[in-house]
Amino acid sequence: MTMLPETTEKKLGLVIDLDTCVGCQACATSCKEWNAQGYSAPLEDEDPRGKDPHGPWLNRIHGYEVLDEVREDSRIVHFPRSCLHCETPACVIVCPTGASYKRAEDGIVLVNPDTCIGCKLCSWACPYGAREYDVKEGIMRKCTLCVDRIYNENFAEEDRIPACVRACPTSARHYGDLGDPNSDVSKLVKERGGFDLLPEMGYKPTNKYLPPRKRRDQAEEGREALPKSDRSMVDRLFALADSLLSGKAGPH
Amino acid sequence: MELDVPWTDHYGRTHKTMVGRPVSMHAMRGISAHANGFQTCRAVHLLQILLGTIDAPGGFRYKAPYPRPIPPAIKPTGKSGQVFPNEPLPGPPLGFVTSPDDLLIDEKGTPQRIDKAYSWDAPLAAHGMMHMVITNAAKKDPYGIDVLFMYMANMSWNSAMNVPDTIKYLTMKDETTGDYVIPKIIYSDAYASEMVHYADLILPDTTYLERWDCISLLDRPISEADGPADSIRQPVVAPDRDVRPFQTVLLDLGARLGLPGMTTAEGKPRYPGGYEDYIVNHERAPGIGPLAGYRGVDGTLSGKGAPNPDQLKRYIKNGCHFFHELAPEQKYFKHVNKIYLDFATGFGLIEAPNAIIHQLYCEPLQKFKLAAEGHGAVQPPETHRKRLIEAFDPIPNWYPPFEGKMIDETKFPMHAVTQRPMAMYHAWGSQNQWLRQILGRNWLYIAHQRAASLGIKDGDWVTLTSHHGQIRAQAKLMNGVNPDTVWTWNAIGKRSGTWGLENNAPESKQGFLLNHLISELLPEREGGYRFSNSDPVTGQAAWYDLRVRLEKAADVNGLSAPQFPDLKPVRAAQ
Ligand code: SF4
Ligand code: SF4
Ligand code: SF4
Repeated sequence: MTMLPETTEKKLGLVIDLDTCVGCQACATSCKEWNAQGYSAPLEDEDPRGKDPHGPWLNRIHGYEVLDEVREDSRIVHFPRSCLHCETPACVIVCPTGASYKRAEDGIVLVNPDTCIGCKLCSWACPYGAREYDVKEGIMRKCTLCVDRIYNENFAEEDRIPACVRACPTSARHYGDLGDPNSDVSKLVKERGGFDLLPEMGYKPTNKYLPPRKRRDQAEEGREALPKSDRSMVDRLFALADSLLSGKAGPH
Repeated sequence: MELDVPWTDHYGRTHKTMVGRPVSMHAMRGISAHANGFQTCRAVHLLQILLGTIDAPGGFRYKAPYPRPIPPAIKPTGKSGQVFPNEPLPGPPLGFVTSPDDLLIDEKGTPQRIDKAYSWDAPLAAHGMMHMVITNAAKKDPYGIDVLFMYMANMSWNSAMNVPDTIKYLTMKDETTGDYVIPKIIYSDAYASEMVHYADLILPDTTYLERWDCISLLDRPISEADGPADSIRQPVVAPDRDVRPFQTVLLDLGARLGLPGMTTAEGKPRYPGGYEDYIVNHERAPGIGPLAGYRGVDGTLSGKGAPNPDQLKRYIKNGCHFFHELAPEQKYFKHVNKIYLDFATGFGLIEAPNAIIHQLYCEPLQKFKLAAEGHGAVQPPETHRKRLIEAFDPIPNWYPPFEGKMIDETKFPMHAVTQRPMAMYHAWGSQNQWLRQILGRNWLYIAHQRAASLGIKDGDWVTLTSHHGQIRAQAKLMNGVNPDTVWTWNAIGKRSGTWGLENNAPESKQGFLLNHLISELLPEREGGYRFSNSDPVTGQAAWYDLRVRLEKAADVNGLSAPQFPDLKPVRAAQ
């Protein structure tokens, strides 16, 4: 059994916007790229050119089609999934060697590759599927919140953020201290109604997700009635354009 | 919508504010990939013009190098009498024709280019017609060729219409002489793509990480609506294989062939330092080169200026890009904004500060239409007249796409389209071991409702049949697709034995292409002529006109069809 710190000075984590994530996978490949070459061991793949290529990833993006039964239409929601750096995670408690631990200073949950024995208890204890077993190394792997970037003084200030946040082309990923109610990420969570995944599990995830916004045709505010024709010059010009573009039959 | 910014129009009148209309439109190039694509694009733009949203606040905005004169003053070269063996082309191969006089045809109306661009088949083919080259060369129509030289275009696979016949053409022999109909193929690629296997000479290219590149205002820059911008790529790793950057190889070949632009007066290579030398020192016109930033001997000039030997260093120092932000009064209505037009002239984007007037009525199109109606000295052959009259309407019109009109739509009631997966959007190498874990095979996506009516369940095998061919693929059902359309990811299907993948890779065993269903030629028309499957105005390949029939199929060992014979992995030449 491994003990959790009672409190942490900071609660560093990610806020992921399900509204603007387009499922481009840039965060997944940047995560793999960064973490395959620095902290811990390379994230090696098996059967990379063959029938069933697979290997550990610290961040994966799943695409779902969500059906609205009432409206009979659907939307695609992309769901990026990585460790949520929970406040009270059983993944740490079940670790028999102390390899899995939660840092008191910033709340990051890490695995020490030297003392991890690959027993996989932690991955059973994580309800989010955030831990992946590295067959080649025989150890457990998970998101490090890019601990080797965020404090790295050799980096320019703007690069001292997680690789996935840096890579996201739509700024759907935000990084900061969720323990500080005045931080940008905390404000964003408040403003957009950010939520916890599976709160009923009682793990108190640090990472938050922002819900997809309502579709424009469902939103109540900001709707304007279409103006009625006033037969002005401009109006008639539009009518002409309309007849040109839709009224005229094709030449066949 | 109004910005509190005064500006001056091309008549010199000052306006106190910039009045806009917040209507922006998002359209991508797929719109043009139909036989009626050009006129559809014109219709969209006409609507923008009438709505007053062109380069207005809240509307569609130009990015440099646009706006450009309409049409730009460059004409294509290659009329009969302009091209001679062993001599360079005396002008640019691509340009903008404005009347039948500009076509690259002979007195009989025969196309002069192997792709038949700028002929009566596709008069305004400003991009050329890559998709027709192999077919035309194999059919020796308009003529046979000695050498086919291509760069990074997977023309025996996912860049070709009608893959099975294209493969046949690439290896076809003349029955009497026994020689290949396309005698020599030279091909350059960074990867062991399907096309590499058909080359006599392979020029192995570097990847983007191993070479210099410029994303130039003379081509397709990174630009911003707020001002011109361009960028470079610099090598970040040294090649560990026997490869060379293709652009450097081209300059080398050009120098060896003695091409005037690539050699000095003494016949020495003009850019001995390779492509990076060219990027810095090439001038298209005095002071105008591939990169707009840090020009002039001391790097203080933008747009126009003498080459600066330190230009690449300056780009690197600035994060590999250059951006010139326009002044607030230059940012909108650029086509008629005097201060902008003056700036653009000085910067080298346009030649003179003349207003760029949008054409509601397109005179160049009307000239072609009149020729087809029997006016003027240069007239199309009988076979082409009707089609030209239909398509070259000077006011945007709509006509049904040819593949729908020339085949029985009741037999092929559905549409089939592809899109490129976002994860692979700007990666040439979807065989990459990480990317193939994300998407190693494709599926055919079908609307639930349509699938139910055909008895197709999620994961079933289906056949898709066009007037030209048939494929077998595995189905996935979804709601977010029009019931009359099926779609799949583009270029995920690979041929077995290619791209350094093992023969049992899902890319080849379950992956598939729609390309096999798409004919590069339309069915015969009056007079027996087969036009290319393209927009009759621009020659743009009509990929998205594809019509299909969907049926449930048997699972044949879990394999997609067609399956082609395995290719043997490419080995380095001894
Ligand atoms: S998400 Fe899973 S691995 Fe991460 S801290 Fe929570 S329980 Fe542990
Ligand atoms: S924070 Fe770092 S380790 Fe975690 S998902 Fe992002 S890139 Fe991967
Ligand atoms: S990079 Fe951003 S947009 Fe792309 S999948 Fe990740 S979170 Fe989504």
